[in-house]
Amino acid sequence: MLFKTLSKKEFRNLVELLLEDTEVIAPRQIGVNEKSKPIHHYLPVRKFEEIDLDYEITEYSAKSYFLPFRENLSSCRFEDDDWTQEIHYRLKPRVLMGLHSCDINALLKLDKVLAGDRFPSPYFISRRRNTFIIGIDHDPCEGGFCQSVGADVVTHGFDLYLTDLGDRYFIAINSDHGYNILMQVDAKDTTGQDNKDYLEVRQRIASKFEPLNMHNLPNLMDIEFESEVWKKWGSKCLSCGSCAMVCPTCYCYGVDEQVSMDGKQGVKAKQLYSCNLLDFAAVAGGHNFRADRETRLKYRYYHQHRGFMETYEEPLCVGCNRCGLVCLAGINPPGIIRDLQTEDQV
Amino acid sequence: MNELLHPYDITHEADIMQPLDFNRRSRLKHVDQTFKSEIINIIRLTEMEKLFQVRILDDAARERFSFRPGQFVMVEVPGYGEIPISISSSPSHKGFIELCIRKAGLVTTILHKARRGVPIGIRGPFGTHFPIEKMRGCNILLIAGGLGLAPLRAPIFHVIENRSNFKNVHILYGTKQPSMLLFNYQYEEWDRIADIDLKVIVEQGDESWKGPVGMITALLDEVDIAPRETYAIICGPPVMFKFVCNHLTQEGIPMNRMFVSLERRMHCGMGKCCRCNIGSTYTCLSGPVFDYWSVINLKEAI
Repeated sequence: MLFKTLSKKEFRNLVELLLEDTEVIAPRQIGVNEKSKPIHHYLPVRKFEEIDLDYEITEYSAKSYFLPFRENLSSCRFEDDDWTQEIHYRLKPRVLMGLHSCDINALLKLDKVLAGDRFPSPYFISRRRNTFIIGIDHDPCEGGFCQSVGADVVTHGFDLYLTDLGDRYFIAINSDHGYNILMQVDAKDTTGQDNKDYLEVRQRIASKFEPLNMHNLPNLMDIEFESEVWKKWGSKCLSCGSCAMVCPTCYCYGVDEQVSMDGKQGVKAKQLYSCNLLDFAAVAGGHNFRADRETRLKYRYYHQHRGFMETYEEPLCVGCNRCGLVCLAGINPPGIIRDLQTEDQV
Repeated sequence: MNELLHPYDITHEADIMQPLDFNRRSRLKHVDQTFKSEIINIIRLTEMEKLFQVRILDDAARERFSFRPGQFVMVEVPGYGEIPISISSSPSHKGFIELCIRKAGLVTTILHKARRGVPIGIRGPFGTHFPIEKMRGCNILLIAGGLGLAPLRAPIFHVIENRSNFKNVHILYGTKQPSMLLFNYQYEEWDRIADIDLKVIVEQGDESWKGPVGMITALLDEVDIAPRETYAIICGPPVMFKFVCNHLTQEGIPMNRMFVSLERRMHCGMGKCCRCNIGSTYTCLSGPVFDYWSVINLKEAI
């Protein structure tokens, strides 16, 4: 990987260059929560001042720009007794800025499912290839356990990755695109001092994490499949699906079709779903394979920490704890994982 | 100044410009494009089930379309929705495919109202198949309960068409009532084939029913099984194949020689939507055909 440094003034010039002719999405503060903590979202920005790179976590993940809540898969024009199908993919380039390591690692995991070797999704790949990603290092978030799932560092999956060194950014360059764009402004070669400062920042960040015991979790998931832990947490679940909406890696969806008022147009669309919703696994004839909320909650964790591990040798979860923050019932992964770890220990 | 970022057009990729073929699974393709197809015939089977003969309209696409027994397609009625349906016809039959569909939800209800000639969309084929090629030289038990005869019909045709590859062939079928028997106009034809043994049973008989009454496992007692050289294909509701498979396990058939087809909700057929996950195994990619050993290792499969 190539590295450069960029003064904060030059960084502003870089962003303003991008803002000239490209849609830029970046973290923006949209308000404060009940504890007076700022709420950030990834939103389109017009001016450099709107961007707040010094944020802790966005309420929604960056997933929304690759797997939008609702996306048309195909449209249909009806004529007489016949129809024609049309398919379009999103083509417009855009810049997605200020992603933390968890969100970039999440995209890498989504790549495995959606851009991998079995039925790669043109909808996802088109969005992914048309998005220029600028990531940034940050201190650990409250409740986040990204280090415990190995998602606190990234080595690819972005174009540029910034580390704040006070007066300047240390920049990792991971694509020729990123390099070319950096060459539009006054980027400097890294010096020995830059490297030293960068490593110091990384060390400081790494030392701040509180570890969560993930040891042997896939086997534990099988052993504790009938555990009371699931009843305890499952009985709180409101089956609202918020956890899956804010999750950077939950990719499941439902497909439905709608017809326009005049009956001449039809749309087949996918809409993000959640395995905690009641009808997730209901089949024709009325049978529901996961009718209880604890089975559905368990399934979500089972998929993230056992199933995905089996296929890709890593958990699906990136440890951002967004689901824990958004859950009205207070269900959170560190709580559940700690309970599972201690369930059968004397 | 020049644009910094240039649009990347996925439709210009060499792979995606190839003719659409779902059997080439690893290539980039228009995964949601359907083969426009015509319902060429509708055959009434029972009050709840109809058999649809469906032909892909494009000659080249129809020629390319091939499937293995046990695979399924996604059937789209534009404006209504898309559903997974297993293919009930012979894999060697090229002109059209047959889909046995029970009236159960929105899309199937509208299909039951459809007239001959209506254009629908087909994507696929998807999923695993019954590994008939492995069963060469062995006895085959083909066992179905209820609607399970729909996915079992493809391997039945395949076995009949390649009868000399196998030793003894038994077809066992059971339903709740005689009025629910599917494809009953074909039993005589199958039974008349030399060396094919067909047995049908119902749980509750009626005045006209002359055959045996009871559970499907009762038929198994009448079959002489040589466990070391027998394969079984079982399609039906989980409670039925659980009993049948346990019975066959006791007879000594290894669990990896029994194959079942599982049913789950599906929205994509391609391992993306997660709706068909059992534990965390995709029924659409690793299934719908599983051997029984895999099934008992799947959490919440039965």
